[in-house]
Amino acid sequence: MSEAIVNGLYGLVAGFLNMHWSNPIMIVVGLVLLYLGIKKDIEPVLLVPIGFGCILVNIPLAGLMEKDGFLRIIYEAGIITELFPLLIFVGIGAMTDFGPLLENPKIFLLGAAGQFGIFLTLALALALGFTKLQAVSIGIIGACDGPTAIYVTSQYAPELLGAVSVAAYCYMSLVPIIQPPIMRALTTKEEKMINMGTVKKSVSKTTKLLFPLVVTILGGLIAPKGLPLLGTIMLGNFMKECGAVSRLTKASENEIANIVTLLLGISIGATMDGKVFLTSQTLIILILGFIAICLDTACGVLFGKLLKVVTGGKVNPLIGAAGISAYPMSARVVQKEGQKYDKKNFLLMHAMGANTGGQVGSVMAAAVMLSILKGMGII
Amino acid sequence: MKMDNWTFGITMIVVGMGGTILTLWILSLIMSLLKKLLPYSKEEEK
Repeated sequence: MSEAIVNGLYGLVAGFLNMHWSNPIMIVVGLVLLYLGIKKDIEPVLLVPIGFGCILVNIPLAGLMEKDGFLRIIYEAGIITELFPLLIFVGIGAMTDFGPLLENPKIFLLGAAGQFGIFLTLALALALGFTKLQAVSIGIIGACDGPTAIYVTSQYAPELLGAVSVAAYCYMSLVPIIQPPIMRALTTKEEKMINMGTVKKSVSKTTKLLFPLVVTILGGLIAPKGLPLLGTIMLGNFMKECGAVSRLTKASENEIANIVTLLLGISIGATMDGKVFLTSQTLIILILGFIAICLDTACGVLFGKLLKVVTGGKVNPLIGAAGISAYPMSARVVQKEGQKYDKKNFLLMHAMGANTGGQVGSVMAAAVMLSILKGMGII
Repeated sequence: MKMDNWTFGITMIVVGMGGTILTLWILSLIMSLLKKLLPYSKEEEK
């Protein structure tokens, strides 16, 4: 009888006894993510489920990520199959107005320049000894686009999913802190004060409707491996612009996006098991992710300077910094920086154009990258 | 195909950056053309 009591008591303390040294640290990391989401308002809809998932998976013996564990089931259903990031993309497409971009299509090029950090960071990761597919997944943090980073990483380097996703979402929300010093350093006072005028409404409804179709068909033909990403974001946008399926549009941007965000967040958190997550590799990935976003910003601003020269001084290089996918934070940062030097300078709509260009650019860069990998026989 | 990291990195930078900018440049040209062919009219908004 006494043995039964001891065994019973052991059952109650087994969780404590089986704790790995990394588990309490990761529980604290989970709490920090919750704090950042709730108190600092950093991407709360993602950081709260990620933080909670991180806590759950670091409690020993619960087996949540083992076969038939509920987190494993969600992870396999939506991350391994790539379904969650793609469903999120339908919602993003339904929420995005590409009007400001279409008003001035040459701004598309800023959306391309804002992705250069992806490729430069990829090379840096290779130099630091990561494998080719790991380097691709680390580079994609520079897309500043959570779903794209998750899509690529879950497919080609699932062992890095936790670190890459956390880096992508955290840096995306830290854009207002990361970008301004780089923007200030790379532009002169005269450049910062360039007034681009007001954005005139010049895009017809038909052009807006044709845009997602053109991107899907052309982008799909050039980079077929990225068609799931392109196709889903453009499907969402087409539904929004056609106006005939408002129920589907609303469901995509609300119910579907909300449910999938919850499941996506909790399954990313579930990949943050301390034994796997707490490595020097994770720290290097976080540093490389930071470098990627800095490089994106620098390349965007420098390309903005080039556009300024080509257009005879009509483009304010600051809007180049908005050529990343962090929408609309990056555009707001540009507006704020511009107004520091000229209170009457309204760059917001121009920056919004570059920012939506960055959204298409990030997806296109990922699509191009996957197609090159396919072409080289690596995937 | 076996490829060393150096070749892979350079290929990704050149083809990746070039491919992305080329694709978006073509898209910008098409959209500029569509804007001219299908100009904005207030009637359409109604």
